[in-house]
Amino acid sequence: MSQHPDRPSDHASSHAADRASSHASNPPSGSPWMYIAGFVISIALTLGALWLALARQFSTEALLTVILILAILQIGVQMFFFMHVTESPRPQFNLWILGLGMFFTFVVIASSIWIMSFGGALGY
Amino acid sequence: MPTLLPHFPATFIVTGNPLIYGAEVSIVLATVGILFVLTYFKKWRWLWREWLTTVDHKKIAVMYLIAALLMFFRGGVDAMLMRTQLMQPNMHFLQAEHYNQIFTTHGTIMILFMAMPFIFAMFNIAVPLQIGARDVAFPYLNAVSFWLYFFAALLFNLSFVIGGSPDAGWVSYPPLAGLEFDPGPGENFYLLSLQITGIGSMATGINFMVTILKMRAPGMTLMRMPLFSWSVLASSILIIFAFPVLTVALALLLVDRLAGAHFFTMLQGGNPMMYVNLFWIWGHPEVYIVILPAFGIFSEVVSTFSGKRIFGYSSMVASLMTISVISYLLWVHHFYTMGAGPGVNSFFAVATMSVGIPTGVKVFNWLFTMYRGRIRLTVPMLWAIAFIPIFAIGGATGVMLAAAPADYQYHNSFFLIAHFHQVLIGGTVFGMLAGMYYWWPKMFGYMLNERIGRWAFWLFNGGFYVTFLPQYLLGLMGMTRRMYTYPADMGWNALNFISTIGAYVMGVGFIVLVLDVVYSIRYGERDVTGDPWNGRTLEWSLPSPAPHYNFARIPTVTSRDAWWTGKQARAKGDAPAPPEPLQPIHMPKNSGGPFILAVIFFIGGFGLVFNWYVLGLLALLGILVNLLLRSLDYDTDYYVPIEEIEHTEATLRRA
Amino acid sequence: MTIAHDRLPARETRADRDTPLEYSLEEGALRIFGFWLFLATDLVLFACLFATYVILRDNTAGGPTEMQLFDVPTFTAETLILLTSSFTGGLGTYAMHQGSKRGLIAWMIVTVLLGLSFIGLEVREFAAYATHGAPLQRSAFLSAFFTLVGTHGCHVSLGILWMLSILYQLARRGVTAITARKVFIVGLYWHFLDIVWVFIFSVVYLNGVMG
Ligand code: HEM
Ligand SMILES: [Cu+2]
Repeated sequence: MSQHPDRPSDHASSHAADRASSHASNPPSGSPWMYIAGFVISIALTLGALWLALARQFSTEALLTVILILAILQIGVQMFFFMHVTESPRPQFNLWILGLGMFFTFVVIASSIWIMSFGGALGY
Repeated sequence: MPTLLPHFPATFIVTGNPLIYGAEVSIVLATVGILFVLTYFKKWRWLWREWLTTVDHKKIAVMYLIAALLMFFRGGVDAMLMRTQLMQPNMHFLQAEHYNQIFTTHGTIMILFMAMPFIFAMFNIAVPLQIGARDVAFPYLNAVSFWLYFFAALLFNLSFVIGGSPDAGWVSYPPLAGLEFDPGPGENFYLLSLQITGIGSMATGINFMVTILKMRAPGMTLMRMPLFSWSVLASSILIIFAFPVLTVALALLLVDRLAGAHFFTMLQGGNPMMYVNLFWIWGHPEVYIVILPAFGIFSEVVSTFSGKRIFGYSSMVASLMTISVISYLLWVHHFYTMGAGPGVNSFFAVATMSVGIPTGVKVFNWLFTMYRGRIRLTVPMLWAIAFIPIFAIGGATGVMLAAAPADYQYHNSFFLIAHFHQVLIGGTVFGMLAGMYYWWPKMFGYMLNERIGRWAFWLFNGGFYVTFLPQYLLGLMGMTRRMYTYPADMGWNALNFISTIGAYVMGVGFIVLVLDVVYSIRYGERDVTGDPWNGRTLEWSLPSPAPHYNFARIPTVTSRDAWWTGKQARAKGDAPAPPEPLQPIHMPKNSGGPFILAVIFFIGGFGLVFNWYVLGLLALLGILVNLLLRSLDYDTDYYVPIEEIEHTEATLRRA
Repeated sequence: MTIAHDRLPARETRADRDTPLEYSLEEGALRIFGFWLFLATDLVLFACLFATYVILRDNTAGGPTEMQLFDVPTFTAETLILLTSSFTGGLGTYAMHQGSKRGLIAWMIVTVLLGLSFIGLEVREFAAYATHGAPLQRSAFLSAFFTLVGTHGCHVSLGILWMLSILYQLARRGVTAITARKVFIVGLYWHFLDIVWVFIFSVVYLNGVMG
């Protein structure tokens, strides 16, 4: 790739040799507890959803809403505990893209369902 | 049925029509001719080393441009055939099925194999140079995109002589395009070639988005970026979010056809309207994908040839970004008549009309830029000015169509045909031709002839009005699209005749354009300054054509229109800062990988067209191996030594 | 840990104290960002498959329904396996940042094995349906089901092949700025597939057995 040694905010001044030591001393991805916490939460969310679905305490609509909320929380868990969205040198672009992606995803799914229900007129 | 040995349908080689025999003979002759020339002049190595393996965005731009012009020719011939058939009532120039095939290939080729590569040619030639980068973010991937496009176009065009052309329209709606009603391989050619080129386009979208967001020269903040690069950013956002939808629509239809699934069939609970929905979730953004870069080009051209900075830069940026989001929310206006219910239709009608607002902002900004400017009527500027009235009419009729109840009347009539040609030709095609004339010297080092260019412009522009204005009336008089002939007593005869004459004039315009290219290759004025138009943005600071590493030193940008302000400062007598010492330049190595990958895609695609699953599986394996080999290759880049840069710079600046 | 990408002069590396290794080369940062964009495209792709599934799920054409097909223990096991593999993949990245090549390789192997068992279960599930009167061709519902879940399965299989290739590269070259970037990217991919699966679990399976 063509490189730009001195791009506006990507400073490249120190030496490769420093890097090994700087890493071990300052690990960027938190502690293993971060991962363990993420794992425990994700399992809890999954089993919670499963239990709700099987126990069937609420109406189907309410259940579906709760299950979807739990799934959306899972996105958060994966993104922050495992994928480190906010960790890149300039996360704002990542977050923008992510936001747009979620928005368009929502648009595609919600509007398609709305459109294809034919205003409730046809029994599809 | 999965078969081990390929099974050749009876119609493997298309027969029975003089047009097709002619095409077959000319394809064979052209291939033999090319092979002969390459061998005779010992050009094979040159072809492989300089072009087939290149990862240089400037060469990729040239290849996209050539391919786009060739496809423009093929799509244009289709158009001429259709118009000839419609010239008079009860014509028997073409048969009904033949007419179906021709309008299908015409639409598909013009959108996916002409407009898309044309905008990509412009992306590639201008973006890295404008933002002060040495290449795109992923040069290897850029080559992959091109070759996928190229072989997809080849696969699509192959259907003309092998297997038979697709004939269910460029939108390819099931159930018409499904297996029951369209068993031949033509539809598979459509699905697979679009799938392959779609992957390439998605990669291009990602590539340019990363390039623009992450590789600008120091000091070039987003709000100092040239408007063309902004328009590419907006277009790339749409590509990234729209093309996956096309991938799914095509894939599901393909699974229906190859594996007997029931997504869009009439049986077993399938729902064909879901295809229509998915297709237009992509299809509407797609028309903005091809128009936004044209807007960008008009901004550059209008500002350069008015000798003024663009009026309302920030509102231009804001409207580009607004359009790129809103245009994703309009797709239902392509199928109001499906009857999705009043809530749905009203919502999408209002949304559709609202996109006119940011577009109007842009038109007024161009007008205000020209107002009291020192206008130079060069060929690029002519195309840009001619765009404005055409686009105004196209936009106005678009708003008429957007009114859902009224659209029940206009839908699928010639009114619609006139509308979208107005915006696609007046917008995208005029824009790309403006860009081609504008950046041609940067691409090739010489200018296109202005006098011949003007002839081409006036013929094409004049022919345009004669062709398409009558079609609005025909639409209002009840003539529907996709009818291969009509009775004599409908009152449509004169208007159709006029429209066809207009189309011939446009055809002549295109030929003159090609003549201009041919003439200029030999006699074109050399561009020795690198800045033949007295330009404003960084690409004009480089020699024409630019050296392969673009910038010997990456410039530091302190303002909008960086090259222009630099020139002003120098004219005032400010001494330029002493050049920094050169550094070795890090560049990607050429590679045959992308070409080979695309060949494998082509082979696999061809196999699946005829349900030869073994070939498809082999191709899949080949693709995986190709990707693996690339991943294992750590020797992908090198440094251009300082002496070589010095030498190149000295020769280029002296020439 | 060896980081030297010796052909690169120092000025091309970015060694702010807390830049992770995978971002240390300009190229790494570009590719990771590019990969995020790819994930955005993949997200929209799955969005379309989900939309299609939701719209067609009731069109069973008299064939088997979700309720009759889905087996709670199977899909729960698939879910737990995949979630665990996402976790072990994360631990691999963590080990890499700690400078432990062996830890990284070990966790990646565990992740691959979990991925393989997930695929194994899925193939068994699909085969069971297909041989018990519920193949893809039976109804629109089944077409949508097999395509959505199968597309995810293809992604997982590709992820496994990809991790194997990276494991080989790690063994040969150790943890360098380049291999670290590859590990990080395949990790992103793997976690992303986990997210998609959570929605398959919720929208397809749970929703299906809820009736
Ligand atoms: C010389 C200029 C052109 C002429 C005379 C022309 C003529 C036509 C005609 C007569 C049709 C209607 C066929 C029918 O439905 O019966 C048509 C359809 C179409 N044209 Fe053009 N065209 C031209 C250029 C273009 C360009 C530049 C584009 C795109 C960038 C384009 C895109 C399309 C599309 C998408 C359709 C719809 C095809 C379909 O409905 O299946 N055309 N054209
Ligand atoms: Cu539209």
